Amino acid sequence: MESKALAKAVRIDVVEMIHRSHASHIGSALSIVDILSVLYTDIMKYDTADPAWEGRDRLVLSKGHAGSALYAVLAEVGFFPKSWLENYDLNGSPLSGHVSHKGVPGVEFSTGSLGHGACVACGMALASKLNGKTNRTFAIVGDGECDEGSIWEMAMFANHFRLSDFTLIVDCNGLQSFGPCEETIELLDLGRKFRDFGWNVMEVEGHDHDALRKAFSARPSNGRPTCVIAKTVKGKGVSFMENNVLWHYRDPQGEEYERALSELQGAEQ
Amino acid sequence: MRNTLVKTLTEEALKDNTIMLLTGDLGFNVLNKFYDVLPQQYVNAGISEQNMTSVAAGLALSGKKVFTYSIGNFSTLRCFEQIRNDICYHNANVKVVSLAAGFAYGPLGMSHHATEDIACMRSLPNMRVFSPADPLETIAVTKAAITSDGPCYIRLGKGGEPNLREAFDIENFEVGKAYQLRDGKANVCIFSTGSVTKEAILAAEQLKDRGSIPVYTFPTVKPIDEEFIRACAERYDAILTLEEHNIVGGLGGAVAEVLAENPSRARLIRLGLRDVFSSVVGDVAYLRHYYKIDAEAVVTALEKVLK
Repeated sequence: MESKALAKAVRIDVVEMIHRSHASHIGSALSIVDILSVLYTDIMKYDTADPAWEGRDRLVLSKGHAGSALYAVLAEVGFFPKSWLENYDLNGSPLSGHVSHKGVPGVEFSTGSLGHGACVACGMALASKLNGKTNRTFAIVGDGECDEGSIWEMAMFANHFRLSDFTLIVDCNGLQSFGPCEETIELLDLGRKFRDFGWNVMEVEGHDHDALRKAFSARPSNGRPTCVIAKTVKGKGVSFMENNVLWHYRDPQGEEYERALSELQGAEQ
Repeated sequence: MRNTLVKTLTEEALKDNTIMLLTGDLGFNVLNKFYDVLPQQYVNAGISEQNMTSVAAGLALSGKKVFTYSIGNFSTLRCFEQIRNDICYHNANVKVVSLAAGFAYGPLGMSHHATEDIACMRSLPNMRVFSPADPLETIAVTKAAITSDGPCYIRLGKGGEPNLREAFDIENFEVGKAYQLRDGKANVCIFSTGSVTKEAILAAEQLKDRGSIPVYTFPTVKPIDEEFIRACAERYDAILTLEEHNIVGGLGGAVAEVLAENPSRARLIRLGLRDVFSSVVGDVAYLRHYYKIDAEAVVTALEKVLK
């Protein structure tokens, strides 16, 4: 599947999943759909028939609350049947609201508490380097997640150990739990922060597939890790959810659900 | 004990290049014995225990056997959630080591006293808890940690502890088993864990005119040796637990849980910190005396129940 077609399918999946389960975090999930879609179509090496294949690239979704998007991508590319998505976040399902790896092929690591996954991915990248492997490791964090001190411990570590095959993607949608990040705890210039921590930094439009492909494909040769700051829109693809913190919590029902689906189905691929 | 662990770990890591040692920038003049011969299996993660612990999980999920090392509460409580979510939930092959159980750092103060660590580590699914009493037990638990898959916590004394027995069958060491240190026929017995066990031996020696008191050590606090505890509860009038740790959730707590589910003859006497912080200044001997977990306190407690 081509990345735009995947993104369209995944957005519809996400809305349906969260509608059915009355789960939260729909805006957070829609925010990273394009990032995931580009990674899983054009960038990452993996084998859906052998999820534990040693040569695979690793992706850890550190912002585990956006798990519905990852589950939908994994189902769409064939790690497990799409029918599993129907029970997302419901009693007895393997698919919990926050990402869990147990019994879910393709999920590299369970997350949910912020500031963990990126550090674990950093350890995976270190293992690859120590073992002389060339596979890549990706982690996706939210901009609000960068409030966590562990992110900056990781930032120092990954640079110090020159984890050049490690790419951190910051989903910068500008909103966190109570409202704008800048009104919560000023992040200021995240790109500059990571540059100051020794990283290669690329700032891209987080819904532009060509730009994302270019950023993820660039492999700076200075031996340092790469941070892709992806400027995104929370709730991207559904007009009334975009840039609205309410959709960190609310689930679409009734007319809102119909409108969301209609907008997504009518969207260009 | 710390030198014993580092020596044992180095010997094993020379044979197994998947073993890695991560430190949170502590272990000066101790870890160099590992680093000098195996620099490629050593990482100083800096003063950042949260990231170190998550990195350890990532390394372990990529096939490494990882030891994380720091002192006091830094490798345990500081990064408790990383141990819970990243290591234990994923059953990652990470061994968390903390140097200086209980009061070992003496006058450095409460920040450096590990007195709730057993309780916290014991509460985590998949986590085993080792608390060796002497260098011989330290060798045994270090080897057991390496040869068995999955998480564990190793709580060490600071150093210079004597061996409490002449010989210990390290090759046949069993995880989850209590070991007899001193034989006895008295109507009471002592259960102890960690370096404070020395006080139990001293107490038994001081009481020898009143009867021979058996002393048992628990190098594994989790899984606890339930069968042995149940047998002792039938055999003795009283069991005294001794630990340099809060009585809440430590060895005494673990034994209490077993006894509560198995009504029996023995009463339980728990010696440990009685749910307080160690706020006075002093060396180990001073603090053990102040908080009544030394030989004298054991003698006083046992005199009331000895027949």
